[in-house]
Formats: sequence, structure tokens, C-alpha cells
Amino acid sequence: MADAAFNRQDRVAGAVREARAHDSAHKHVAGEALYIDDMPEPAGLTHLYLGLSDRAHARIAAVSLDRVRAAPGVIAVFTGADLPGVNDISSTGRHDEPVLATDIVEYHGQPIFVVAAQTRNDARRAAQLADITYEDLAPFNDVAAAREAKAPLVTDPLKLERGDIEAALQSAPRRLKGRLTIGGQDHFYLEGQIALAIPGEDDDVTIYSSTQHPSEVQHMVGHALGISSHAITVECRRMGGGFGGKETQANLFAVVAALAAKKLGRAAKIRPDRDDDMIITGKRHDFVVDYDIGFDHDGRIHGVDAVFAARCGYSADLSGPVTDRSLFHADNSYYYPAARLRSEPLKTTTCSNTAFRGFGGPQGMVGAERFIDEVAYATGKDPLEIRKLNFYGGEGRDVTPYHQTVEDNIIADVVATLERRCDYAARREAVRAFNRTSEIIKRGVALTPVKFGISFTATWFNQAGALVHIYQDGSVHLNHGGTEMGQGLYVKVAQVVASAFQIDIDKVKITATTTGKVPNTSATAASSGTDLNGMAALAACEAIKARLIDFAADKWSVPKEQIAFLPNRLRIGNQEVAFADVVKAAYMARVSLSSTGFYKTPKIHWDRKAGRGRPFYYYAYGAAASEVVVDTLTGEYRVERVDIVHDVGKSLNPAIDRGQIEGGFVQGMGWLTTEELWWDPQGRLRTHAPSTYKIPVASDIPPVFNVELMADVSNREATIHRSKAVGEPPLMLANSVLHALSDAVASCADYRICPQLDTPATPERVLFAIERVRARAAAGASS
Amino acid sequence: MRRTIRFLLGDELREITDCDPTATLLDWLRGEARLTGTKEGCAEGDCGACTVLVGRLDKERVRYEAINSCIRFLATVDGCQLLTIERLRRADGSLHPVQQAMVDQHGSQCGFCTPGIVMSLYALWLNEDRPDDARIADALAGNLCRCTGYQPILQAARAMYDLGARAIDPLVANAADTAQRLAALRDQETLAVERDGRRLLAPANANDLARLVMAEPRATLLAGGTDVGLWVAKDLRDIAPVISLSRIESMRSIEDHGDAIVLGAMASLNDAREALAEVHPHLDELLRRFGGEQVRNAGTIGGNIANGSPIGDLPPALLALGAEITLRRGPGRRVIPLEQYFIAYKKQDRRDGEFLESVSVPKLSKDSLFHVSKITKRFDEDISAVCGAFFIKRGQDGRIVKARIAFGGMAATPKRARNAESMLIGRAWNDESARLAAGCLAVDFKPIDDWRASARYRLTVAGNLLRRFLIETTSPEANIRVAGGLQRATGRSAARG
Repeated sequence: MADAAFNRQDRVAGAVREARAHDSAHKHVAGEALYIDDMPEPAGLTHLYLGLSDRAHARIAAVSLDRVRAAPGVIAVFTGADLPGVNDISSTGRHDEPVLATDIVEYHGQPIFVVAAQTRNDARRAAQLADITYEDLAPFNDVAAAREAKAPLVTDPLKLERGDIEAALQSAPRRLKGRLTIGGQDHFYLEGQIALAIPGEDDDVTIYSSTQHPSEVQHMVGHALGISSHAITVECRRMGGGFGGKETQANLFAVVAALAAKKLGRAAKIRPDRDDDMIITGKRHDFVVDYDIGFDHDGRIHGVDAVFAARCGYSADLSGPVTDRSLFHADNSYYYPAARLRSEPLKTTTCSNTAFRGFGGPQGMVGAERFIDEVAYATGKDPLEIRKLNFYGGEGRDVTPYHQTVEDNIIADVVATLERRCDYAARREAVRAFNRTSEIIKRGVALTPVKFGISFTATWFNQAGALVHIYQDGSVHLNHGGTEMGQGLYVKVAQVVASAFQIDIDKVKITATTTGKVPNTSATAASSGTDLNGMAALAACEAIKARLIDFAADKWSVPKEQIAFLPNRLRIGNQEVAFADVVKAAYMARVSLSSTGFYKTPKIHWDRKAGRGRPFYYYAYGAAASEVVVDTLTGEYRVERVDIVHDVGKSLNPAIDRGQIEGGFVQGMGWLTTEELWWDPQGRLRTHAPSTYKIPVASDIPPVFNVELMADVSNREATIHRSKAVGEPPLMLANSVLHALSDAVASCADYRICPQLDTPATPERVLFAIERVRARAAAGASS
Repeated sequence: MRRTIRFLLGDELREITDCDPTATLLDWLRGEARLTGTKEGCAEGDCGACTVLVGRLDKERVRYEAINSCIRFLATVDGCQLLTIERLRRADGSLHPVQQAMVDQHGSQCGFCTPGIVMSLYALWLNEDRPDDARIADALAGNLCRCTGYQPILQAARAMYDLGARAIDPLVANAADTAQRLAALRDQETLAVERDGRRLLAPANANDLARLVMAEPRATLLAGGTDVGLWVAKDLRDIAPVISLSRIESMRSIEDHGDAIVLGAMASLNDAREALAEVHPHLDELLRRFGGEQVRNAGTIGGNIANGSPIGDLPPALLALGAEITLRRGPGRRVIPLEQYFIAYKKQDRRDGEFLESVSVPKLSKDSLFHVSKITKRFDEDISAVCGAFFIKRGQDGRIVKARIAFGGMAATPKRARNAESMLIGRAWNDESARLAAGCLAVDFKPIDDWRASARYRLTVAGNLLRRFLIETTSPEANIRVAGGLQRATGRSAARG
């Protein structure tokens, strides 16, 4: 056994740092990866559909569901009164989010009842037949209307304050005020919301849910059905995209499925049509930002006083932490000697806005870049010069508005690297030269930075668990609390395990996330999936490895120091033994080959009331330069070239990380350009399908698109193999596109007037910004 | 009457007799056939997750096209070969070059759009050899991916040609055999699919069609289904009885009549594009921007006109060109200017028993200018906020003798700008006349605010498009479009850094 024939390879396949393909790639391309709707359907499956409000704000005077019940194929109809537990799925516990509305509806599309029928088509048709009598109430659909109506806040606002803002603004040599409007965004995950519930004995129910947060689905089902968590198992192998849209938004569908399954004793599945999915579920918050900035003649900012008002929708959902994070990122990479940043999370009669990649951070950073733009045009300088002038760094310039010291700042290096790589200065000159002679077509270029704080600001979420088994044949079963939505979490954690045991990754089976294996998990969100679950899985591996070492030291009578894990084998003293053989021997010697692992992020703390603490373990950095070409007759534009340098620390998987950067950038570009949510005066969302809501397509990406991982960097904190989180930060690289458009618009008035280009910068907004700067320039010239 | 739908699912003959006449192909694949690799993303033909290939006999060869199975009725694949993602793996289980390229280039993340993307790439791989990047992006315009940002997918599209020759694909190797099998499925019987008194009829030839439309004047006429499919998939409308034109080969014909191109109503948007490209480069580009590739393969010229949508893109262009349409009723026909066909919002001059048979698109004379601009939020696969089409004819003295200006998105129907046109008559084609004509547009149109654009933007842009027309026609060197023009913009930046 000791010298059995085995391959003495010098490295394992699928170790950390390898640019490994997504673990399901070969199944994705063959149509063999199973999503919930692809699972074989249990016998007797009933299909569910939701009946929705067709008013934005109204009292429900009467509900008659007789015609629904009588419709072909209908098995049952349920309303809020049928929930055995509490008719509420508010993730904050504020009790402001009914599963099914009973006496009042607060947005157009709010679910009121659920139909169970033989087929999905039967259920869909029946759901249209309700006779509901409403007494209309005045709707308040956006920030302006909510303020006008003196609408309440959905949650406590946050104030961040550092320095004497009044004094800073008053003493600043220059000062200006302005307003910025930032649009929202639909997630447009390609796989819509879906849940399949299978009833068991007693209170038991198993729910297959496309969710980023199985534990919360478990809690919500328990709460709404009045049963204990231990009766509920929630499983998710993969989502067809999440982006934050399945952090809380999956709860409704899972609860409804579980309700029908338990009431009817039959499996129940719900999958809304795309349009209904977009109408029902929350989106990225749109914001109105009012700002007051003090600065000096060089363009150095002295103080920023800003209010970030958000359309939160009818309930709190995650609007508290989202609007908090907008403030945490209203500095982006810039040091404000004095700052007062306030959130205004407004209730509106629209869908309840929710998590979306970046979680308020992008809106904060769009604000920061507008502040910079204003100062640049006011001082007549290149915006990049103003950006660099205000970067964190240097004596006493390293404390954020929330009193965290920025310890790992590399933004100046990242920007300098990008500036060189993309030849920013020469291209800026070329753009200006082009614009001098081109009347109709204008070009624009901009380079913007990203600094993004990593950790849940709700400190308790920064924990994770994992479960690792080794079977007698040496194959490994891996489970952890993180969910896979395409971001490559599963393969990254499997790489961590393969490296830990020094076994080829094909020996590691990645298994579906389930509340039955790892309990009390956090949402896979805040870019934290790998940081948390990678560490938890590593802890589990280390526990088993310690047992194997103890066992081997004893069995082969060598000191523990002489035992090492080599690729697919162990060195034990002077001999090498195959990993599987050691495992088998350990089993025979009654050594436990299974372990949980646990991790909690160190160092972080946050006192929300005081607005002080260290909410973030570390920061991720990046920068992007974009060049655009704009038609001043129509406002149409193209992104011609993009260069990105992004910091992922020491990458666990450069291919996966690159995919996150490219994909995040394009998603951010869509948010800031063509993706426009449009509600009519009655509060109906009219952009509720891909025919009307335009996410980027293949031809929208720049023909020149250079993406580089920042070289020779690490994470100064002891994260998993010194890597950095990458899910959200790259989205904000797209700010460079907005500012390149702004640069092109500015050229229409000889760069003298800040374009104040709001988002999304559709051709219409671009054209009107051009008209505005031209009008102002003309007015200025004539006065 | 034949009551059985017959088609090849891969190599297997499927015969279906009991089926909902408007069951979608996607629902049948996922539900009945349990082929769940094909996904539903939007059920309206915009996201491409449901993309499959349909092979049909075209001049005795099998022609494969990507289509959206979510808005295609099962009954309309009668006589075709249907290919889904499940057939791509090779016999030994290894991946097809298209699939392997996607894996190698990290072209999938969540994987949900991936089968559709692979099928669109597969169609490209089968039909075209190493297309350029613009063509690749075009072939993928009907496939949304929310994860990758497309870069690795485009790389896969470039790399897939290096991973295996076409001959390795059994589909290519068996082409002749497949053609024979499909030919054997052809007949002259009308296909009748019926359940619970709801009927779909698919006649095999135009004369049978004419008789059926006379007999069932209230029937829904189904062409490519890229609009009608949504009435069912989205609005859950019962559109029966349905008369499908899908089997009538003669109505796909495209003929050059010397002074005009005559398009059969069933000519696909892609086929029409090819035929019109030489004659009207602006129509080439306009048609390129219709929906995605899948919609252009399925959607028809006749359907785009006959549904009378205020935002159909072809009607403004055809109005400006002075196109005529032929309507057939039984054995009789009438020819009318297209303009007379559009009466009001979603109301057309189609009489009981009539159907649109063909469209005649005039060619340009030397003294004429023609130009189209489509304005959208997103360049590809988007519906017009404004679509402007401009035609002028000048006399010997250079003065304008005829003007036809038509817009989509500006009124309840595609509509001509009569005041602007009158303003141009007798004037030279210059800055002043363009400005004066633009000034008339506010009289001609009272557009509305909606999600595609505000009324103010629509009016502003409509006027500016006249200026674009002037600049592009009077200084042909001037390239003033950033995209969607006949060439890409000038001053393209330095190459890949």
C-alpha cells in the first residue's frame, strides 16, 4: 500500500488561482443544467398563479372570486385570510409587506389572491377573472410625489456626519448646489422567479426556490404558515441569474407555493410570466440627490452636504441598508474634509424596491462623480485632474464620512496604471481636436475610479457555514450556505477545497445549497459569497485534515510535522500514500471524515445611530476609461472603447473574476444608458418586458474592450487566499460611460457648462442635455 | 384535410393529432416532449432563451433558421425539421464545436440564456463562414445575456470555426437524406388542427387559402407569428379560428419586375432584406434592425404591414417610396397604394374574405433621393420611438417636384407629413427648405409621451432627421451617424490596447 502505483503529479487540477471554467459550463451549453422549472414534475402537481391589483393605491371594498373558482381547471383559490401564520413577509420584521393584500393595495400589481389549477394556463386565465371593488386613494408614485404627499419614510433614515459642515461650506472659496436624478433598474435575471413546494408528513415541506437566501425563505415560510423552521427545507442548486433580485423577492413565491402545497397536500409550482414578474417584484432604487458643495479654486473639495432621497416603494424591504450604502459610497474614492450625508427612504405607491448588485452603492457613487463634475466645470479643469486631486491619501486625508480609516488605499496606483495603459491624456487631446472640426458628431472620454466597501453593513450577516464529507473512496462532498447564481461561487469554493486537501477538483462534488445541511445562512449578497463561504469550507477541511494527520501520525508512527498533503497523496515520513488510501484507512480506524466549518469576518463593527464604526473589512478598487461618440441631432451614441483595470487582490480564479468584471461593467452601462423604467400617471409600470425595457445586447458592447486584473496586489486583510470580492464593485466602472457622454455633451458648449446629465442617459436625455448646455452658453454669451 | 401535424424532431418523425391549435412550440417541447434544455425567458420573442432551429425545404435544399419557439405555434412546424439544444452533443458524448467554444471562452455564467445563445451560434456556424464581428453581434441581437456582458460569447463565435469542420456535423452529412424525408412530408392537403371546437387551418397553396379566407372571414390570419404569437403567449387571447399561411411556398416569392421589387406577403424580413439591399441600402439597414435574427427569420413583410401597428417600421419607409399592395379576395384582386390601407389605429382597409398577397416596392429613379432613420433607445432589437422615411424627386432645375415624408411613432398609424411635403414642393433641396419643412412637423403631428420617448423628443428628432437627410444627401462624404447608418462612425479609436 505504501508504494502503490499512483501518479506523482506536482499540482492538482482545479487548485486556487487556476482560470477554471464554471463548474456547470459543460451542462449550460448542452441544456443539461437543471433549473427548477426543468425538474421532473411530481405526480399531481398543481400550478399556481397570482391575481394582482390593477390600482396603485386603493382600499379593497369587496373581493369576489366566484368566477375564478368556477374557471376551467381551478382547484382552489387562496387569499391572505388563508395563511395559517402571519400574512407578512417583511424581511425587516416591520410587518409592512403582506403576502397577499387584504384591505388595501399599495401598488399596481400587488398580489391579492392565488389560484391553484391543473395547468399553468388554466391558473393564468382564471387569475384574470376576479371581481374586485376598489375605493381609490391618491397615489404617490415617485420621490417628488411622495414629498408632496408628505409620505412617511419606510425606515429610519441615516445621517453620516464628519467635520463641521456648515463652517466648511461657508468658508469655502466657492460653493454650488445642484440636483441629480438617478434611474432605477430591473434585474432582468433570465430565469424568472419560481418556486416548487412538495408537502411532507406533519408540518414538513420541501421548497425548491430560485433564491439567493434559502434561510430567509425558510423563515418566511415558517412565519406565514405558522410552522417551525425545522419542518422546512429550502433547496437551490442554481439560479438563472439573481443580481439581488432574488435576495428577498423569492420569498413571496416560495410562501405561496408552500401554502398551496400544505393546504392541498399536493406539490405546487409557481412561475409568473415575465411581465408579471417585472410588475410584481422590486427593483434598484431610483434616487433624487440634492447637493451643496464647497471647494476651492484649485478644485479641492472642502465639504459636501447632500440628501439622497430614494423611491422605496410601498414597504421597507431592504431599503434601509440600501439607502445606507448609498451614503457609504457617496464619497467613492474622495476625501471630504467635512461631510453631512443624509438618506430619505421615501414610501411610494410602487413596487417595493430591493437589493440590486451594488445595493445603493452605485447610486452613491454616481452622486460622487456628479460632485466632481460640477467642481471640474466650475474650475475649468479636466474632471480627471479634479478626481485625482481629491483622492483619499496623504496626511490626514484617509477618514471616511462614517469615520472608518481607509487603510488599504491603492486608488492612485490603479488610476495611474489605467491612465498609462489606455493613453488617456493623448486620447483626450484627440477627442478635443476632433470635436473642434466636427459639427454633428461629438466624441467624449472619461476615466472614473471605484472604491467599494466589502462586508454586509448588518454585521451579523458576516458569518457562514460549510459542511464537508469525505467518503470512503476519497471523493468529497461539499456544501455551504452560499448560492450559485452564475457568479462562479461554487467553483471557487471547490477550488479552495481541492487546494486544501490537495485533490483534483473532479473529486469534489458541489452540492445544492440547502437549509438542511448548513443552517442559519446569510444571503449570497454584498459580494461576500466567496469571502465567507470559502473560509467556512476551508475551516471544515482543516478540521478533517487535522484528524487525518493525527491518525496518520499514529498509524505510521511518524511525527505530525513529517506529514504533508501532496497532490492526491500524503507524504507520511519517508513514504507517500494515496489520499484515498489514507481516507479508507482512517475510516477503518473509526476516524470522523465529516466536518462543519464556520467563519465570521473579523474587525468589523458599526454603530448606526452614531454613524461611526468600521462597517467594511476592506475595500475593492478599480478604474475604467470609456470613449463615446454622440450624434447631436438625435442624442444617439455608441461606446467605442473601454479600458478597465480592476483589483481583485490575489485572484482565486482569474477567468471567473474577469467574467464578473466584464459582466458587471455591461450591466452597469445598461443601468446608466438604455435601461429606463417608466411608470404612467396611474402608477402602472409600462416597461415590463424586454420589448420595452432595454438591457444591453451584443452590439452595445464596445468594439475595443480591454479588461485587466490589477497586477501585483494582495488583500492586506487575511481573506481567503488573499483574494478580494468581485461581484458588485465592477458594476460601477460603468460610471465612465456616463461621464464620457457628459464630456461629449459638454463639448457642445466648449466645455464651459456642466452637462448635469441625469440617468439613464437615453438618447433623449443626451439630446436635451445638449440643448440645455447650448442654451446656457448662448444665454451666458449674450448677458 | 389532414389532421396530423408531421415534422422531424431531430431525425425522428413526430406525428401529432391531438393538440391545442395554438399551443406554442416551447410549451410542447418543455411539457410534452420533456426537452427542457430550451428555456422560457420572456415568452415574447425578445430574449432568445427559447431559440431553436427550424429546417425547411427551400428549393429542394434544407434551410436552417433560428427562431423563437415561445411565440411559434407547434402546428406551424408541419413539414419542417426541428432542432433543439439536446441534439448538439456528438454521438460519443463530446461537445459540438459551438458548445466547446462557449466553454473554452467562459461564455456562460448563470447558464439560462446559454442554450438559446448556443442555438443562435449554431445557426451562424451552419450557414456562414467566419463572419465579421458586426455580423456576429447581429446574429446575436435576439439573445439577451444578463451575466457575461457578451464579450466571451463573441470570442466563442470567433473561435468556434477553429474547433471542427462542418462535415463533422451529422446534420450536414445527412442533408440530402433529410431533404428527401421533408419532401416526402409535403402534400396538398390542408392541415386542420382542432380541439374543443377551436381550429387552426394551414392550407398548402394560395388558392386553398383564398377559399378558406372567404369561408371563414373572421379567422385570424397567421403569417410569421412574431406579433400574433404574443396575443396568445402574453394576452391569453383565444384567436381561433386561425388560418396559417406558413405552408404556402408561393407566397414567399420575391420577384424583380424591373421598376419594382415585388415581395410575396410571406417573404421573411431577412429574405426581403437580402432582395432589397442592392436597390435600397436604407431598407437593408432598417430591416437589419427589425427585432432579433429569430424575428427576422420568422416575421414577414406582409405581417409587418397587415397588423397596422403605429410602430411597425416598414410602413413609413414603404409609404415614402409609394409602395402598392395587392389584396386578394377569392379569385379577385385589387391593388391599392399602401397609404390607403391604414385607416386608423389598428384599423385597416382589409375587407371580409380578403388577404394581403404581395407588396410592390418601387425602385428609385436617378433624380430621386430616399432615406430612412430609425430612432430607438437601444440600437438593435428595439422598437422605434420615431421612424422617419424621406423621399424627394427633383426636376431638371433641381427643384423638388415630389416629396413623400412618412413617420412611424408620431401618430396612431404610420402617417405622412403632408404639410412638410407641401412646403418642399417647388423649392431647392437645401438648408432653408429642410428647416421650413421641419417647422411644419408640429402641424402634421401631435405625438404622445410614452415609455419610448416624450412628445417633445419625438418632434425635435423628427425635425432633426430632415436635417440629417439633407446633410447625408447633399454632402455624401459626410458620415453623421454613430450607428445604424450605412457605415460605422468616423474616427474610430485606436486598436485593441
